[in-house]
Amino acid sequence: MKFPDFDYACPKSLDEALGLLRLHGDDAVLLAGGQSLMPLLAFRLAAPGLLVDLKDVPGLGDIGIDGGGVRLGAFVRWCEIDRNAGLAAAHPLLVEAIGHVAHYQIRNRGTVGGSLAYGDPAAEMPGIAVTCDGEIIVMGESGERRVAAADFFLGALTTCLRPGEIITGLHLPPWPAGRRWAFEEFARRRGDFALAGTALYYDLDSQGRATDAHIGVIGAADRPMRLAQAERMINGSTVNADAIAAAAEAASREVDPMEDFHAPTAYRRALVETLVARALTRAAG
Amino acid sequence: MKPRNLLIGSPMERVEDFRFLRGDGRFVADVNLEGQLHAVIARSAVAHGRIRAIHTGDARAMAGVRAVITARDLGRPVPVIPLRLQPLAELAPFRQPMLAHGKVRFVGEPLAVIVADSPQIAEDALDRIGADIEPLPAIVDREHAEAGETVLFEDHGSNVAIRWTAVRGDAGRAFANAQYVRKETFRIQRHAALFLEPRGFVAQWDGRARKLTLWGAAKVAFANRKILAAAMGLAEQQIEMIEVDVGGGFGSRGEFYPEDFLIPFAARLLNRPVKWIEDRREHLMTANHARETECEIEIAATGDGRILGLRGRSWSDNGAYIRTNGSVAPRNVAQFMSGPYHIENIALSTTQLITNKTPAGTYRGPGRFEADFVRERLIDLMAKDLGLDRVEIRRRNLVRENQMPYPLATITPYESATELDGGDYRQLLDRCLEDFGWAEKVKLDGRLIDGRYHGIAIGCFIEGGGAGPSEDARIVLESDGTYSVYVGSAAVGQGIETIMAQIAGDALEAPFDRIRVRHGSTGDVAQGHGSYHSRATVMGGSAIVLAAEKLRDKLREVAARALGCEPGEVTLDSGTAKGPAGKSLALSELSEAPVEAEATYRGDKHTYAYGSLAAHVAVDVKTGHVEVIDVASIKDVGRIINPATLHGQAVGAIVQGLGGALLEHLVYDGDGQLLTGTLADYMVPSAGCFPVIRSTVVELIPSPNNPLGAKGGGEGEIIPVGGVIANAVAAALADFGVEPMELPLSPPRIWALIG
Repeated sequence: MKFPDFDYACPKSLDEALGLLRLHGDDAVLLAGGQSLMPLLAFRLAAPGLLVDLKDVPGLGDIGIDGGGVRLGAFVRWCEIDRNAGLAAAHPLLVEAIGHVAHYQIRNRGTVGGSLAYGDPAAEMPGIAVTCDGEIIVMGESGERRVAAADFFLGALTTCLRPGEIITGLHLPPWPAGRRWAFEEFARRRGDFALAGTALYYDLDSQGRATDAHIGVIGAADRPMRLAQAERMINGSTVNADAIAAAAEAASREVDPMEDFHAPTAYRRALVETLVARALTRAAG
Repeated sequence: MKPRNLLIGSPMERVEDFRFLRGDGRFVADVNLEGQLHAVIARSAVAHGRIRAIHTGDARAMAGVRAVITARDLGRPVPVIPLRLQPLAELAPFRQPMLAHGKVRFVGEPLAVIVADSPQIAEDALDRIGADIEPLPAIVDREHAEAGETVLFEDHGSNVAIRWTAVRGDAGRAFANAQYVRKETFRIQRHAALFLEPRGFVAQWDGRARKLTLWGAAKVAFANRKILAAAMGLAEQQIEMIEVDVGGGFGSRGEFYPEDFLIPFAARLLNRPVKWIEDRREHLMTANHARETECEIEIAATGDGRILGLRGRSWSDNGAYIRTNGSVAPRNVAQFMSGPYHIENIALSTTQLITNKTPAGTYRGPGRFEADFVRERLIDLMAKDLGLDRVEIRRRNLVRENQMPYPLATITPYESATELDGGDYRQLLDRCLEDFGWAEKVKLDGRLIDGRYHGIAIGCFIEGGGAGPSEDARIVLESDGTYSVYVGSAAVGQGIETIMAQIAGDALEAPFDRIRVRHGSTGDVAQGHGSYHSRATVMGGSAIVLAAEKLRDKLREVAARALGCEPGEVTLDSGTAKGPAGKSLALSELSEAPVEAEATYRGDKHTYAYGSLAAHVAVDVKTGHVEVIDVASIKDVGRIINPATLHGQAVGAIVQGLGGALLEHLVYDGDGQLLTGTLADYMVPSAGCFPVIRSTVVELIPSPNNPLGAKGGGEGEIIPVGGVIANAVAAALADFGVEPMELPLSPPRIWALIG
């Protein structure tokens, strides 16, 4: 449980950080909040030669809220999302979901960028990014690129980040007034990784029918995913008990949950149905 | 002498907490010696295999590595860990060697010790150890263990180590004539004690004086000194074991493990202090596991619910070796299956199976937690079958006061008989019903409220305590008028520095702040039996009472000389000795030299605290989640020394029991790999999990078996929790016909039972 030997660098600018990655290649690893990396080092599952700490890189800790939506810098910590007065109105689903992340100490350290880069299939931040049409902002040697969250996560703990790239932030599109939404997850203890979870929202048209439904799940496949079938059941319908049951049932068929010693596939599949139904019920209520 | 009651019985704040709350506690990781080296243990990644070679050359060659020790370096024969309790000859083949040789038998078994200048270097060197092990099939379940196609110990030829039997009356006849019988199979999962900080040692060898000092002793320092002395070829007097602060023990911490020998061995080999601190992953895969038991038990009763007999078989998955106290839980499963109930005919056995898992040992309420789950479930099933009230059926069968002392079934082969020492079991059942609010809450039973089904249950338990044979105490009146109290009991988080001072204060008629308690280290008293079987207060406290009596006699003699009178004319007040004619003397002026007295309290009769526990749960049938809405318990300990610390023990025991009932599970795969090696996967209760726990402890009927009248009370409330929670879940889910027969009651399991 002792870290392997590594060097440490604390660049003062993004360019400097990119330069270090260019110089050291695979041997360098970025350090943000450290809540995934530190255990990996302690278990000696990773042994990089250099840690590049992003804590002094300016601008990465900003939270921006404007007509274009919400922009979270990669270094924004969970506790800062809790504390930010504007976010509750600007993106209530984000705030609620992040409220389920881990425990007090971890919430004081863990970051948006770190969670996105790690890509845990049960983590809330990637789930919100995928559900809410988020764009992940990435800086590389050839400049900035923006990747749709839906394309960013390739599998468990695997993303499309290329060598030498740094996540600088996450953009979430604007949140219209009157949007219906809910977040539900089920974990054995508060703060544990969820056995499964769902984030969802939809808007209402002038006749009170749902449009633009977004139903995302975590812990239900090898990456966070949206459930197109379930969304179809909701779009254009009045969100009543029948529609909810149909959508939840579709959701359970659409997911592909993994099996581990915590829970069998059948349980997780049923859990998705339950959570989607509960979330839709809350959203409609 | 019954000490007067000024301090005893009052909720004194723990003196230990002053240092803990200020961060001044001294745990083993805080012990650092000049020039110390650091050890790490290379452990087997294979559950079962033949060792072809352990290549250490690359590790030895690393800068900063001082030694790599394998079994080859320990001499022949490689020392083994002896059995502290139930040391039967037939268990000898299964003792664990200090380092594996020939074969490895569980993942985590020590292969080598690396000693280096820093723990980092030592861990770097771990990667350079090449363990060439030919894998053998891993035995991880009862079926394969019993089949015996693969055996862990070829010389023994079977994976069955021993079979314990508990017998009373004539079960065969009772079952033949019974109006009601039911047989069920129950399973209790492997889980373990988990204390705040892992184990560790700092060992120092003084080559000139040929003396070994070991920091990090706990629980049974004297017994471990004896084992260590034999393994190292030293006399016991050459070894000093020093207790440090610990964050709980729960039966697991302080037993003799390989590191208890390996670290001192390395210190002597290198003639340098050596430090080893276990990490959490090591702890979860090498410190004693517990509880894994399968029980096929049958109950017989009359049509009106009078229990006539219990019979059946249990199998305990002991893991790869039988360690110091490995037989305690299996034997207890058989002996304590009848619990607090009058059951005349018993024929039970427990088979101890050897498997490729971490060796098992005791964990708070050993065997009793398991047995209570089985028995309390059977009683509720019986009540349902017979259409009788589950409270009434318990009341009808509890041992009555006029049946005390009440003999339990006798255990063989290590023959032991024990008897319940007294108590009014029915009164506490009734008080528990009242405290819990049973009459109101029973209306919720099986009801669906806001999407969850509610259920309640109650169970009764006994807790064994006060194991013999003896305990020593020594009290010194220092020349400044303060008392130093030395006792062989060990501190494992119970607050004995406070409790023992309360007992001593009353016995000495001295104020609390004039008493300092020293405990557990081998330099303090001649002999000590430590802290297990809820014995520290009963045995150590009784020894203090005796030593105080002796000291007071001595003080009267000394004072009589100074005051020019007879010892019988001297009365002792808190700080003064008074003679006739108004003459008096401050105790601090009594003597230039300290006055001391030592006493041994002997007692082989166990104490049995007893009580009842009720719980209210709500089950989400969609997720299978069981929420514990309310728990209420009551227990009689005969005499309460400190209600505050005892209350803490009770609440802690209940929370640990809830962990075992609902959360904690050490899971292995088919290859014998432990899958739950971190606290993310091995789930213990966190602070928010079980917010409502109400616990009462009373002093109703003193134990006749010791001068304090106290009964051991450190374990009790954990014992009934598995059975009561399972019964409450069954009550909640009566509409679904759910009858849990297996722990833990995890959401996927409950969900699957609902179907």
